[in-house]
Amino acid sequence: MPTYLGMPPFPEAAATALEDSQLRHNLAHATGVIRAKRAGAVAELSDWEQLRSAAKAIKDHTLAHLDHYLLQLEETVTRAGGHVHWAGDAAEANAIVASLVHATGADRVVKVKSIATDETGLNQALAADGITALETDLAELIIQLGHDRSSHILVPAIHRNRSEIREIFLREMPDAPRGLTDDPAELAAAAREHLRRAFLSAKVGVSGANFAIADTGSLVVVESEGNGRMCVTLPETLISVVGVEKILPSWRDLEVFLALLPRSSTAERMNPYTSIWSGVTPGDGPRDFHLVLLDNGRTATLADRIGRQALRCIRCSACLNVCPVYERAGGHAYGSPYPGPIGAILSPQLRGMSSPLDRSLPYASTLCGACYDVCPVAINIPEALVYLRSKAVDAKRGKKFSPERALFGVTAWGLRSPRRLKAAQRAASASRKLVGRSGTIRRLPPPLSGWTGTRDAPAPPPESFRAWWARTRGPGSRP
Amino acid sequence: MTSRDRILGRIRAATGTGPATPADVVAAYAALPRPYLSAHHDPAGHDIVALFAERAADYRAVVERVAPSDVPAAITRVLAQRADEAGHVRAEFSAHAAENSAQEPSGDPGVGFVVPEGLAGEWLGAWPESVAQVRDVPELSAARLDELAGVVTGCAVAIAETGTIVLDHGAGQGRRALTLVPDFHLVIVRADQVEPDLAGAFARLDPGRPQTLISGPSATSDIELTRVEGVHGPRTLHVLLAG
Repeated sequence: MPTYLGMPPFPEAAATALEDSQLRHNLAHATGVIRAKRAGAVAELSDWEQLRSAAKAIKDHTLAHLDHYLLQLEETVTRAGGHVHWAGDAAEANAIVASLVHATGADRVVKVKSIATDETGLNQALAADGITALETDLAELIIQLGHDRSSHILVPAIHRNRSEIREIFLREMPDAPRGLTDDPAELAAAAREHLRRAFLSAKVGVSGANFAIADTGSLVVVESEGNGRMCVTLPETLISVVGVEKILPSWRDLEVFLALLPRSSTAERMNPYTSIWSGVTPGDGPRDFHLVLLDNGRTATLADRIGRQALRCIRCSACLNVCPVYERAGGHAYGSPYPGPIGAILSPQLRGMSSPLDRSLPYASTLCGACYDVCPVAINIPEALVYLRSKAVDAKRGKKFSPERALFGVTAWGLRSPRRLKAAQRAASASRKLVGRSGTIRRLPPPLSGWTGTRDAPAPPPESFRAWWARTRGPGSRP
Repeated sequence: MTSRDRILGRIRAATGTGPATPADVVAAYAALPRPYLSAHHDPAGHDIVALFAERAADYRAVVERVAPSDVPAAITRVLAQRADEAGHVRAEFSAHAAENSAQEPSGDPGVGFVVPEGLAGEWLGAWPESVAQVRDVPELSAARLDELAGVVTGCAVAIAETGTIVLDHGAGQGRRALTLVPDFHLVIVRADQVEPDLAGAFARLDPGRPQTLISGPSATSDIELTRVEGVHGPRTLHVLLAG
């Protein structure tokens, strides 16, 4: 995955973003709206937690047997008349797509929103090869026309409000109606007219997929506008670039994931359109179907026992919408197609921690835990963040002992077990003898003195919440 | 070494399990816990068909529940009304196009609705004379579909909990482009096709066929995360619920 050129570490980028009051206003408005709606859509299902635990178990099982399921998918897709390609990294994926497009004789492709191809920089690679990629998702179109970058997994143009979108359309879209207002319905209608001819004459479509079903060879694209249906139905050739972790074992698993994804992402009981296909169907849709399976850092992530849970992600974006850091800093500060809490644990794992940006991302969090609460596949993002902080310190210091690394390692270990957490809280309460007159700890003893060098440490409470609960509600009761 | 071998090798090294036998994996999958409900509304205590009507309407589909014997008359009424509206739109569009563009698709100026092969003949018994019935034989081009006023289809399954219609593009549903390119989709759902929830629906579907799940008309949440109806798919979804 390309690190955006010259992208500073998160704290610097976030400081710049925080000065943009328009950005903060747009984000606060959009995330506020969706947070309330998502809570309602989730509350409607009494078994949400059971769906969530089933989804986690299915994904963990799939990742544990990823080789088996990928080979099964290769077989089922091939049997259904499709072609399967394997790409180790971004450059290889882009080269495969470019050569497939060239083989059709086309010099233009229509694309449905795909973060995997944002990750590989496919549009730029195709452009360098003389192929124009036309983004057809409304938000991706706004980004493409505005020469901008995505700042949200689900709604890449979330940082733009309606009047900014109107300005971009009037400036960059030659066929935009002259009297265009900032009414969202009018803006959507303008996009419809603008893309209509391109869809009807498209020879090649490029997509990602939300799910790939191993036992049936089915690809699943979840969307709202119908641009996805256009891209996977009308062209003669369809190329889908799909991360290896998007696989599900069986057709039946859709009953779990299609209950979780729309409610978590757009707060709908079901999104307007979901397309499912397997290989090619004579007389219906593309005559040629190519599936490009993408690794690009995923197998390295899989090798990490704690970090691998990030591969369960189904890209719903609920964690972005509840994150206080994301809401204020915006998506661009994360310097990756994957912003927000999930991006903070996914980007440094997919790209590695060689850059200051990637080493800074695990710190882009207050560890408040809201992301974990809303995650439909129960990714423990706070645990992964703390753990990745210790790896970031390793990467910087070359594995030598540092108090910071040891502390984050111990913290991650403590957070994984309620029993250990209880013991740690008891120990923290005992440390109150260090508390000064101001009610804070001004100076911790070495090796923790580095922390209080630039800040006061808050005093631990005399009693933890767990201890208080046990004392007032009786031992054995659980909060 | 191919990329395929390299990726598979990296996965095996990462999971550290060595290749499990397919039977082991199948057994492990079968043992996965599924503590969730197979349906959120029990057909014993709920009118599932009414729930479907309510939930489909929530997302701005136009839903009418009619007696099975009234389906032909309802189709006629809906199409005649739509043809009337489409005629007006078309007249305005042609005037606009004549001013602005030299290359308009030829096409006939009348109002036509495409009807896929295999749609129940008795539903078409009262087809209005003012409206052309267009067949997809030989296959219509995408540009021709774009000129048509709409499409009339059946469906494979409907899902009450989510207000979803599922097309498997078999008999009476047409290939996928038919229900995508025209701006108006009239779909007839029989009461016995309504499943309470996702689990029952997926169990009924044939994974070998292409499927389209439709929940309301085309929409987007891309502007300020607020839902707006009407982008690339049919902007009007009209459901006749028979039974």
